[in-house]
Amino acid sequence: MSGKPSLAVWKFASCDGCQLTLLDLEDELLPLANAIDIADFREATSAVAAGPYDLSLVEGSITTPHDAERIQEIRSASKALVTIGACATSGGIQALRNFADVDEFTRIVYASPQYISTLATSTPIAAHVPVDFELRGCPIDKRQLLEVVTAFLHGRRPGIPATSVCTECKRRGVVCVMVAHGTPCLGPVTQAGCNALCPSYDRGCFGCFGPMETPNTGALVPLLRRLGRSDDDVQRLFRTFNAGAEPFQKAATHD
Amino acid sequence: MTKRTIVTDYLARVEGEGAMTVKLDGDRVEHVELRIFEPPRFFEAFLRGRSFTEPPDITARICGICPVAYQTSAVNAIERLCGVEVPEPIRLLRRLLYCGEWIESHALHVYMLHAPDFLGYDSAIELARDAPAAVERGLALKRTGNDVMTLVGGREIHPINVRVGGFYCVPTRRELRALVEPLERAREAALETVRWTAGFDFPERVVDCDLVALTQPDEYAIERGRIRSSSGLDLAPAEYDEHFEEIHVERSNALQSQLRGGGTYLCGPLARYSLASGELSPLAREAAAEAGLGEECRDAFRSIVVRSVELVHACDESLRIIDAYDAPERPAEPVEPVAGTGYGVSEAPRGLLYHRYRLDADGTILDAKIVPPTSQNQLAIEDDLRDVVARNTRLDDDALRALCEQTIRNYDPCISCATHFLDLEVERR
Repeated sequence: MSGKPSLAVWKFASCDGCQLTLLDLEDELLPLANAIDIADFREATSAVAAGPYDLSLVEGSITTPHDAERIQEIRSASKALVTIGACATSGGIQALRNFADVDEFTRIVYASPQYISTLATSTPIAAHVPVDFELRGCPIDKRQLLEVVTAFLHGRRPGIPATSVCTECKRRGVVCVMVAHGTPCLGPVTQAGCNALCPSYDRGCFGCFGPMETPNTGALVPLLRRLGRSDDDVQRLFRTFNAGAEPFQKAATHD
Repeated sequence: MTKRTIVTDYLARVEGEGAMTVKLDGDRVEHVELRIFEPPRFFEAFLRGRSFTEPPDITARICGICPVAYQTSAVNAIERLCGVEVPEPIRLLRRLLYCGEWIESHALHVYMLHAPDFLGYDSAIELARDAPAAVERGLALKRTGNDVMTLVGGREIHPINVRVGGFYCVPTRRELRALVEPLERAREAALETVRWTAGFDFPERVVDCDLVALTQPDEYAIERGRIRSSSGLDLAPAEYDEHFEEIHVERSNALQSQLRGGGTYLCGPLARYSLASGELSPLAREAAAEAGLGEECRDAFRSIVVRSVELVHACDESLRIIDAYDAPERPAEPVEPVAGTGYGVSEAPRGLLYHRYRLDADGTILDAKIVPPTSQNQLAIEDDLRDVVARNTRLDDDALRALCEQTIRNYDPCISCATHFLDLEVERR
């Protein structure tokens, strides 16, 4: 072997967008590929090297019995395991099945439900194996991904803030869409990382990065109601790509 | 005679999880199958009960490579039902955003997923050690596509700026002008890409099934159009279900499409080019002619050249839209929900994408149907594989497996999309 650290990228139930983020690092991809050994990354290469791997990046959520076993094998072959994106970190949009009857879902989509093998829930990777770091986002941010990969390969903690989207609006000087325009916004309870993207496009945050550390959803929900949102509207707002994250689950069902 | 089974249990350089099995008895092909084990995610089920404003954000998450296709087909369906036609500047901005996605997706496929097959490498990263200039050219092209998506859509993966009725925020003329120079460089890179791919060695392989694509008078259809086929269909989006059906087979978590009553068809670059090459920009047509393409191209392996020609067109078209851009008066038209069924189509980079939504009077989604291009192409891919294997049984297992995988990549399958989709196994006995 070359003595360079080895990287593997794994996919579970997901849209491929978070691993695509690695290929979207157009300016850094080739230098990165010189600094590390890409041991297993099926979307990018047919060459596959056996583990163990210094760093595994895991995209997607666990939704089948087979995948629940596969993540155990990946964990035991990985020195560090980092989940990338909302699916791997909170179960993703497919976790909406957790609040419904999955047999009925299967019947709605498939003519022959008996061919489909699926679990009743979509669960994050950390519900199955220990995870060394969770990178948020739907999709993840490429600068944050580069920071996480660099940090792990140098043996330090990644510098990823756990504050809210509000702090990014303030830093960018983006006018508060909720205060100024009465637009419902999840920014006060959503983790930073997108650089306040939606508010900077005159749109309320819809929670791609999931709940921030200790989010005060109890204070936000009445505010959303005062802006004319019904219980159903509020529930739908919290039930998207991070519907399975506990603070958003609670906010979706309680005032 | 020897029986053998050739298997690829996890296809590389495609989007999503699939596998292939080929069973041979001497020179006779016993069985070919594409298995799609990408887990089901049930989008059509959980769209029920959501608001008519939500499909652009929710369905984008079906695919990280072509989210704009999902957003566009979704807004087309809902706006049509609600009787809203967006003003021309909004339509052109959507077309520009979509051109960005074509550039990003085609550059990814041509350079990173497909070219390594023709040149004998495992990946673009390996290829870059011997041909750094080519790979850097591809990455620069891809980045320009992403830059277009980022400016118009907010970000390259799952853009946040598309809404039913228009956009949340529209760029100024000056902001768009910043894309002109990168797009002019990208157009040169795209022309070079056509020359580069046209020089590859192409195994002969003619696709003889029906070809299906959108067409639109006086333009190469992307974000709108009527559904046409090489056999003479000419349909409004609302007539799709009358002519196409989805079937469910045991080996696949993807539904497979066929013409009603049986009949395989192919959508994507070969279909678009064959039905409408005359609508490409003059520069793209010239590049196609220099690359040896006629008015039609049914050669599956030359799809990489057609994709490269479409790269030229997408750059040209982006520059044309930016040059003529006048910001719309307001970023979005108001849309009030209407009870009924809406139908929307658009040309994703890998082919026709159909959406259908049924709404009640307050805008709640009662029923949704989404048919991605890879579901529609799956039967054609299997037919093609069967034929490629039958003509190449003299090859040893490794060479045959590599040829089969390359054959599959000719179609740029997106398995994440198709699941509601793929393991390569070749079994010889």
